[in-house]
Amino acid sequence: MVDTPMIEIDAVSRYYGIYRALDDVSLDIAAGEFFSLLGPSGCGKTTLLRSIAGFDTPTSGDIRIDGQSAIDLPPNRRPTNMVFQNYAIFPHLNVEENVGYGLKRLKLDAADERQRVGNALEQVRLSHLGKRKAHELSGGQRQRVALARALVMRPKVLLLDEPLSALDKKLREEMQVELRTLQKAVGITFVLVTHDQYEALAMSDRIAVMFGGKIAQVATPKEIYQHPLTRQVADFLGGMNFMQAKITSESAVNLSVETTRFGNVTIAKPKGFTATNGLATIGIRPERLRVLWDDAKADCEVTGHVVDRHYFGEITHLIVDVPGLEKPLSVSETNNFGADDIPVGAPIRLAYDPDALVAMAD
Amino acid sequence: MSGRHGIRKSRWLPVYVTAYLAFLYLPILLLPVFSFNNAASTTFPLAGFTTKWYASLWGNTAMLAAARNSLIVGICVSVLSTGLAICAARAVTRYKFRGQRAATGLLMAPLFLPEIIVAVSLLMIVLQLGLELSLATVILGQTVFCLPYALSVLISGFDGFDRSLEEASLDLGETAIGTFRRVTLPVVAPAIISSLLVSFTISLDEFILAFFLSGTEPTLPVYIWGQLRFAAKLPGVLALGSLMIALSIILITLAEILRRHAENRLKAGAAAHG
Repeated sequence: MVDTPMIEIDAVSRYYGIYRALDDVSLDIAAGEFFSLLGPSGCGKTTLLRSIAGFDTPTSGDIRIDGQSAIDLPPNRRPTNMVFQNYAIFPHLNVEENVGYGLKRLKLDAADERQRVGNALEQVRLSHLGKRKAHELSGGQRQRVALARALVMRPKVLLLDEPLSALDKKLREEMQVELRTLQKAVGITFVLVTHDQYEALAMSDRIAVMFGGKIAQVATPKEIYQHPLTRQVADFLGGMNFMQAKITSESAVNLSVETTRFGNVTIAKPKGFTATNGLATIGIRPERLRVLWDDAKADCEVTGHVVDRHYFGEITHLIVDVPGLEKPLSVSETNNFGADDIPVGAPIRLAYDPDALVAMAD
Repeated sequence: MSGRHGIRKSRWLPVYVTAYLAFLYLPILLLPVFSFNNAASTTFPLAGFTTKWYASLWGNTAMLAAARNSLIVGICVSVLSTGLAICAARAVTRYKFRGQRAATGLLMAPLFLPEIIVAVSLLMIVLQLGLELSLATVILGQTVFCLPYALSVLISGFDGFDRSLEEASLDLGETAIGTFRRVTLPVVAPAIISSLLVSFTISLDEFILAFFLSGTEPTLPVYIWGQLRFAAKLPGVLALGSLMIALSIILITLAEILRRHAENRLKAGAAAHG
């Protein structure tokens, strides 16, 4: 990134007694980026978001927003606005008054203020509900009010704390698309906190995966899914068949490994990788293993037999025992060709692309 | 056995409830009935309708002075005890601190202490300090007495208050003082008003503390007690009592309506993210 980042997190730590909520975190977020902080609960993602907003003060380190250090600024003087997890709609005000709350401080003339409130409500498609009170709104509508109330302030950065977690699945998926579209339309930097990997993958330009107060990996959704740096990241972002492989040679960027059932392959060496006892952890995603039907042939195959089967509607998970592997393989196959009808106990051949194998640090 | 037994027993339930309610409220109902009775004695049969006892209250300067005293004491006590209870309720509902349970318990304790003991000890202290007994000493005594009532109303009002509302206000550019004025106060206002009304009502008919601490300026209950020695004054006292009952009922009803209103609003706010 050539431009100055919109947000620079510079060696930020936050201790609660001896507990490290944030442990020397450094991170740059570009202007106009949709950035997600992803991780399990207690990983520090919310603490980091609240530090950017000004509700939490790091023990050490600096946070710069648009080039200015914000570490000593209270929340009301930062160019950020936040959508709270429970939306925090003011119960004594109606929708319009909620949205116009922050504008009152700016002392705009009345027409100007009305115009901005009107535009913000239009942006979130709530123009028809301006006079409603908070308790007369559905969860999805409350979320839109919270969004409009923050966007109307024209912040440099919009912070979203698990904004979709209170909504049911269907509405959540709709809002994912809508949030993404909205972000592209307004061009503001969005920082989203979530524990839902699909949400992060579907919405973000880049994702930071966090564990135990540290950032494990920062990358695009595709990169992070296909080339997780660590076993933990791979596991958090979906299914992964892990196995141990013997390292035959190692260069600065590559690893050549000998596997029990996937042949000898040369794969990219992840950053921070160190071998233990000459072994490397490698893996392949369940959907990168395809069922070979009848006498179809593939360049690379593994054979085994089905020990279990789980039906998920559009796909079926097959558990395939392969002799010589320490754990059965998990295979995710679409049901187009009848994977849901493969009987347990049947012999099965699986095709894979050696490029789909990844090495991970432990 | 239990089913039949239960049904047979329940036939007595309406009788029991009627007796219970009659025991509770009939004596109080007699008060307004006799206050409109055209006779100086409180005996049946009734002697005819009159409003002269109420009219006589207007000319009674001693009674009016007592009413004025009660009003002053009531307003001061409700403001003082509510003000103190706001601070305590906020601390108890907002923060976790060492000795929180003990502090809450001690604040609520005056509810369970025998009032006459509290009154005697306060009187001893006031006399020890060489203070003159006056309305001020009544106000101080009743404030201690009303504090737990105000506190329990306010704790239930503040409990549902969502901290993130204040954060949202700060986040939208408002200052801490502005946030208190524009968010905190309006959201908890019904609870505060409810606490003021409850404290005022309790102060209005509190007798023991007022009797011990009021010196030469009686409040209404103390005045009434003084009048009971004169049989001729009884109908006037009944009229005054009826008015006080009416006022108490109105104030307590108002307080309860406000309290429920506040509770519903907070519940509605919490339901969406429950």
